Amino acid sequence: MADLVTLTIDDRTVTAAPGTLVINAARAAGIEIPAFCYYDGLTLQAACRMCLVEVERMPKLQTACTLPVAEGMIVQTESPKVVEARKSMLEFLLTNHPLDCPVCDKGGECELQDMVFRYGAGESRFTEIKHHVDEKQFSPVVFFDAPRCILCYRCVRICDEGMGVGALGVINRGAVTEIGPNMGDHLVCDECGMCIDICPVGALTSGAYRYKTRPWEMEHIGTICAHCSNGCKTTLGVRNDRIIRGNNRDRSGINGEFLCIKGRYAFDFTDHPERLQSPLMRKGGELEPVSWAEALAAVARRFLEVKERGGRLGVIGSNRTTNEENYFLQKFVRQGLGSNNIDHHRTGDVAALISALAGTTGALASTADLYSAKAVLVIAGDLAQQQPLLSFQIRANYRHHGCRVYVVTPGPVREDKYAAKSVRAATGEELAAVEGLRDELRKESELVILFGDAVRGEAVRRLVALGDSFGIPVKYVCLVDYSNSRGAADMGLFPDLLPGYEPAQTPGMTMPEMLAAEDLEALWVVGANPLKAAQLGSQYAFVVVQDLFLTETARRADVVLPAASAYEKTGTVTNVCGEVQRLKRAIGVMGAKPDLEIFGLLSKEMKINAGLWHPDRVFDEIRRSVRGYNVPLPVLATGGAAPAVPLNGHIPLEARPDLIRSANDTLFTSGSLGRYSKSLNSVMEAPGGLYRG
Amino acid sequence: MLYNEPSPLEVKILTRRFGLENSQSLDTYLATDGFAGFRKALDMTPDQVIDEVKASNLRGRGGAGFPAGMKWGFVPRDSPKPKYIVVNADEGEPGTCKDRVLMENDPHQLIEGMLIAARAVGAQAGYIYIRGEYRYIIDIMDRAIAEEYERGYLGRNILGSGMDFDVYTHTGAGSYECGEESALLESLEGKRGQPRIRPPFPAVAGAFQCPTVLNNVETFCAVPAIFRDGAAAFADLGPPRNGGTRLFALSGHINKPGVYELPMGFNLLRMIQEVGGGIRGGGKLKAVIPGGSSCPVLRAEECDLSMDFDSVAKAGSMLGSGGVIVMDETTDMVKLAVRIMQFYQHESCGWCVPCREGTLWLEKVLTRVDNGGGRPSDINLIDELARNMLGRTFCPLGDAAAMPTISLVQKFRDEFEERLPKSVPAGDPRLVVVG
Ligand SMILES: Cc1cc2nc3c(=O)[nH]c(=O)nc-3n(C[C@H](O)[C@H](O)[C@H](O)COP(=O)(O)O)c2cc1C
Ligand code: SF4
Ligand code: SF4
Ligand code: SF4
Ligand code: FES
Repeated sequence: MADLVTLTIDDRTVTAAPGTLVINAARAAGIEIPAFCYYDGLTLQAACRMCLVEVERMPKLQTACTLPVAEGMIVQTESPKVVEARKSMLEFLLTNHPLDCPVCDKGGECELQDMVFRYGAGESRFTEIKHHVDEKQFSPVVFFDAPRCILCYRCVRICDEGMGVGALGVINRGAVTEIGPNMGDHLVCDECGMCIDICPVGALTSGAYRYKTRPWEMEHIGTICAHCSNGCKTTLGVRNDRIIRGNNRDRSGINGEFLCIKGRYAFDFTDHPERLQSPLMRKGGELEPVSWAEALAAVARRFLEVKERGGRLGVIGSNRTTNEENYFLQKFVRQGLGSNNIDHHRTGDVAALISALAGTTGALASTADLYSAKAVLVIAGDLAQQQPLLSFQIRANYRHHGCRVYVVTPGPVREDKYAAKSVRAATGEELAAVEGLRDELRKESELVILFGDAVRGEAVRRLVALGDSFGIPVKYVCLVDYSNSRGAADMGLFPDLLPGYEPAQTPGMTMPEMLAAEDLEALWVVGANPLKAAQLGSQYAFVVVQDLFLTETARRADVVLPAASAYEKTGTVTNVCGEVQRLKRAIGVMGAKPDLEIFGLLSKEMKINAGLWHPDRVFDEIRRSVRGYNVPLPVLATGGAAPAVPLNGHIPLEARPDLIRSANDTLFTSGSLGRYSKSLNSVMEAPGGLYRG
Repeated sequence: MLYNEPSPLEVKILTRRFGLENSQSLDTYLATDGFAGFRKALDMTPDQVIDEVKASNLRGRGGAGFPAGMKWGFVPRDSPKPKYIVVNADEGEPGTCKDRVLMENDPHQLIEGMLIAARAVGAQAGYIYIRGEYRYIIDIMDRAIAEEYERGYLGRNILGSGMDFDVYTHTGAGSYECGEESALLESLEGKRGQPRIRPPFPAVAGAFQCPTVLNNVETFCAVPAIFRDGAAAFADLGPPRNGGTRLFALSGHINKPGVYELPMGFNLLRMIQEVGGGIRGGGKLKAVIPGGSSCPVLRAEECDLSMDFDSVAKAGSMLGSGGVIVMDETTDMVKLAVRIMQFYQHESCGWCVPCREGTLWLEKVLTRVDNGGGRPSDINLIDELARNMLGRTFCPLGDAAAMPTISLVQKFRDEFEERLPKSVPAGDPRLVVVG
């Protein structure tokens, strides 16, 4: 690195790398220079003029957000001239501002309010009639109140640069300049709400949240999104045990400032009117509400009967329940019920990848790697639709570091726009296409390969062999669907693999086998909806379902137990990159219980000892006994993401590509759960680039 | 077409073909030493071409007066990127109408100037960004360009020299701000007409982020003469560091308004009296805006002045674009301030806070004062708001709005005071709401 530059800011000696902007050099030294239009990672604007500073030997005040440091530079950030200029900028900004703070969503967390408090100008000399524009609705979730807008262009840039969407633009000029949708009167976009979050004032407001409460009336709970496998941190604003808002207040998660529509708005399934709040039991052919005691006793009795008879019992676990729940469930089933008939909907071939990587270390990419890797290869995955955070990370990597992106997909994807090379390859022909990129790929200094469900079984081994042949460090991400798909695999929700991918002695039945078996006596489904697309072979099986809603599977059940969602419990989940993060309970829903508690109560009822069913206790056991999960607790406790380091060795498993199938959700769907989100249902079809793999 | 009688005091260098029959045609151009300068430049190395322009003391005619040769010298000629020549023909500055007559009467002179610039920096394409209101001039330029292609003065292997050069016209859409060089480039690229962050300057990253020579029409039009007659001859026309002649657009309360080519450093009072035929109706001179509406106003007693960049700057104003607006004693300076601010308010692109909000606010306060509804505090408010804009905006348009305003309040404060209502309402004046 080139020599550091030494300069003086407010009489303090500061050193910074050449090219550092004064605003950032000051920030690093603990000196905050006010800024509206400057935003880390987005292009420079120099529009708001809040960051003006005095620089010795420069006659005019300079914008610290565009001025690179120089050797010997002497900067004043709070001189009388600077303070006076700042105050005048605020006075200008407030001329046409409605000052409706008392009813504005942003009141209390507004950057303009904060600045005016700091620098005065609260009393205006502007006594003319203000320019008014009526509020507009840009989309079901995005509203715009032009008079509050200070034209910092953050929204325009986050949409264009950050999201790669470019739905927002600037219309008119001069004092009547406005932010507006580029497509005329409505947004054609990801509906991610990033523009709302990034808006320093209350100009862009959220359809889900607007005018509902004030920020200080909520409790803010940082937890992990309940939807896709990317594992974004979302901060839930809770008032009176209801979630009112999802956003990204402190940007501390692995997702930084990012959230997609699901993490920001699709918490609303929690209070959907069809939410189950009482156990149901089939009586006279109909499902009827019963007490927990009655329901649990009935399930325990039937399970014990089947067990004693030696009858066939199948268990289907979930892609969304916590690691603790998955671990406890498989232990309950294996040790308590004496069966290996346990499986889950496998959405990507994680086990094959781990097996293929036997003997190497550090070959599983983290979310952060996607932002720093020199080159990325995306195979058979529409990231913008199905892995929104990963897509965001790679895009940011391209923008900030010029990452070279290669794409091998059956159809067009958003990454095409900036990819070094995009290749279309039909399902099954991906590896041949990657082979065709060999000469380019081996010239890279490092590579992260992401692959979707089309690459499974034997193909995963071949892909890794191909990666090895490039002679450069290669890391991998096996794309999976849901918030704990990876954890379900790691925790052994397989008939042939125990937690940590240890082989089981006697493999049990796979999910399709269970569903097809005509002699199945009991089926226990936890947080899954297998009967949405399949028929149950057994006519007489006793079916128990734990779920939030009366899904297709729950409708066939004999007993339905209402479960708590991810936002209503604690525990840990593991994201697509194998990072373990902790859920924090935000609300409670009357009548529903966390799955772990349901398992615990059942084990008690059945007099089976599967251990304590407190999440912390179960996690202790996971850390002790599951390969790779001995993660540092302080990292989790402080909201960090701890990488799980799975087994480094060959896994003796039968390649079963037929069992791997992504649900191919779009940006606006989330399996069966997504159907119960009003906001997801309110937006139109996901824009562009979608293909069904 | 000529819009005014020429003056005998004119020194006709750029306007030498004005009034000739078919002055727009290539034949006329060639018959009157057309392309003599370019042919000379073809025999010179790029460095020699740039040195020649430097030696001529030609300074930018668009407003800022930056030395043209120096600007050309900033172009990184060894850059692997293509280089561009861009002509600023947006001519938006109120009081200015010289580029129009230059293109209308002698379009080939402009193209020759571009060719010499292209020779200097190794450019292969040039754009003429013409304000949309000059529709007919776009046609004139397009015809001239077509003629030159036909006769081998544009296109491939020009005059057998091996040099390639293409020229395109591009239409503005009615925004004054698009005359600002970086906003012009954005607009040329098909984007919103708002300025860019500088540095980098156009010489390094201009059109399509490639090295670009961007000059005013008049600047380019002066170039052929420099090569035809020699840099020294051009430099000698004006005072030190201010080479050549200037097309002054005289307007306002004078008898003979028009565009006149006069040597740099021509005395302003003489210009008004002898070239412009004096104040209309034998009236008395009150004030002059010497270089287009962006320049601080000069009082009559400040007008005994050499019209070159440095002297006018010393007098506290600017030579600007050469638009000399003459005002007699009937002029209402408050109304003038209102009118100027209306223009800048309308033309502010809205990108930055102080200009967007400041021009609107100033327009409102000035209008209020003009309408007789002002408050005693308003005069200081006007001055303060303008000073709060000055030097703090993203591009010089904010300064252009602030500077004349500050000078008007400073020099004609009494007129503003007279406009205030005679009886001030009792109590706190801020409680009076004026719609
Ligand atoms: C608001 C604004 C408007 C301008 N309009 C024009 C214009 O219409 N024509 C022009 O030649 N220069 C205009 N300029 C000056 C240009 O930015 C630039 O300095 C000039 O074109 C450079 O050419 P020159 O060096 O030959 O003068 C304007 C500048 C500003 C700030
Ligand atoms: S809407 Fe908000 S983010 Fe967008 S320009 Fe206006 S103030 Fe900035
Ligand atoms: S990208 Fe995935 S984890 Fe992140 S907010 Fe969207 S659905 Fe949730
Ligand atoms: S000063 Fe600011 S608002 Fe005014 S024209 Fe320039 S960039 Fe636009
Ligand atoms: S932060 Fe520097 S101008 Fe806005």
